[in-house]
Amino acid sequence: MLTIGMGALLILIGYFLGAAFDNAVAGLVIAILVWVILSLVAYFQGDSILLSMSRAKKIKRDDHPRLYNIVEEMKIASGLEKMPDIYIIDDPALNAFATGRDPNRASVAITSGLLQKLNRDELQGVIAHEISHIKNRDVLLMSMCGVLLGTIVLLAWYGSRFLIFGGAGSRRSSSSGGGGQGQIIILIVALVFMILAPIFAQLIYFAISRKREYLADASGALYTRYPEGLASALEKLGASTGQLKAANKATAPMYIINPFRKKGMKASDLTSTHPPISERIRILRAMAGASFTDYDQAYSTVHRGKGVIPTTSLVAETVPITTTKLEGEAGEPNEIQRARETSDVMWRLNNYNTIKCDCGAKLRVPPKFKEPAIKCPHCGRTHQV
Amino acid sequence: MVAVYVIIGIVVVLAVILWVLYNGLVRLRNQVKNAWAQIDVQLKRRYDLIPNLVETAKGYMKHERETLEAVTNARNLAQQMSSAGAGQRAKAEGELSSALSRLLAVVENYPDLKANQNFLALQEELTSTENKISFSRQFYNDSVLRYNNQTQMVPSNIVASMFGFKASEFFEVTLAAEREAPKVSFT
Repeated sequence: MLTIGMGALLILIGYFLGAAFDNAVAGLVIAILVWVILSLVAYFQGDSILLSMSRAKKIKRDDHPRLYNIVEEMKIASGLEKMPDIYIIDDPALNAFATGRDPNRASVAITSGLLQKLNRDELQGVIAHEISHIKNRDVLLMSMCGVLLGTIVLLAWYGSRFLIFGGAGSRRSSSSGGGGQGQIIILIVALVFMILAPIFAQLIYFAISRKREYLADASGALYTRYPEGLASALEKLGASTGQLKAANKATAPMYIINPFRKKGMKASDLTSTHPPISERIRILRAMAGASFTDYDQAYSTVHRGKGVIPTTSLVAETVPITTTKLEGEAGEPNEIQRARETSDVMWRLNNYNTIKCDCGAKLRVPPKFKEPAIKCPHCGRTHQV
Repeated sequence: MVAVYVIIGIVVVLAVILWVLYNGLVRLRNQVKNAWAQIDVQLKRRYDLIPNLVETAKGYMKHERETLEAVTNARNLAQQMSSAGAGQRAKAEGELSSALSRLLAVVENYPDLKANQNFLALQEELTSTENKISFSRQFYNDSVLRYNNQTQMVPSNIVASMFGFKASEFFEVTLAAEREAPKVSFT
């Protein structure tokens, strides 16, 4: 519904732009052409652009078996047909995102900071949230909305300048006959619209984004049957202050939390891509079961209003929350072990060769190192490279 | 003339409705089938992991011969039963699960084993496989619920009975036997 609203805004803007050039149809054609080109680029290249922009590195099963397994578990739980690609972003900030135009060509990326900070249950919650974005085709929806928004902003910007500096002037000389009064009124309306359209488009875009976040949280809880995992992960994410270096405004809705969030900002207002973290945690913890209906009820309790899940997805069924988690705490690496593990992975992904010396030191040999042997700087033993 | 068009129109609309409902049912039935296959894949994966786990643990757990043997025996039995009837298989898988949980419980007493990289990797694999078994079961049950709803609700129940779509059974787990016999009928 909101998407259609945005499309209508775009077409209206094209119409008024056309009015400035004496030809409404030409404006419409320009708007639609720009939109089609941008959509095609976003559709076919969106994921690779996003991944290379965030400098994400693709991993294989052996690089990080635990992460791979968790993604595979969530792939099974959600019923995705194809295993998504997994990427790690070398950044201490805590964040994750999903991308890919359809469920068969999807990727999940998480920061190395997140990999260190979260335990298995929490990581599972985050991955479940990301997999739900894939399963619900939010990636496609949000990139299409993003392109729509971008086009509206672009056209409105150019349009308003044409109206102020170019269009109005040339019109006065060309149409010296009757109808001047009506034309001026149209011009003023067009100008006001040009200024307001981008703002409205932005608000609609944020509203869609927040709705999809709630839905992804609900699906995450449903897949894991364990809302506490995601809730506790969000708590850690919310407590961290680091900002992601390689994020930009266009890609913000793809992340699990808003990468531009300022500390202490109350973001329940209309100008954020994500609902406030504290509220998401409260809803997850208020859930009585793990189904969509339970999430919807929890949402309406927290908001004292109606729910957020589309009524067509609400099925009257009881889904219990898992209380005894299957994985024992026994094999669970603690935070220091996770940090070591993650840094090992990052060195390896950057083609560094790691040699373990008997004295306990780890030598990281850069890929450019050409000598056949290397001396341990700690104890002096010689190692073959 | 008008009446003919109206009749043709009604027939076309009915055909389209039938087509959509039938395809929907087939899609759901295939989903149930695939979900069932996924459970099987994960159970087989568990058979493959156990010999490695036992081999690694053997060196450290000198005093736990019986626990280890119980796991190996349960695994072999379960593998033999995988082609047998669903009821027998369920019992065997249940015994394997409980033998495994006994083994992982005594691992706590062997710090050397817990520090072994190879063992940790195997333990992660086994934990994850147990998770995958339960998630695939969960997805199977969700799929069965959706499929059964479609076969029972108006109007798709008419199509279902016309083409013989039968309701599938849920995969329930009882505490006595980890795996209850599911009777899946894909006709």
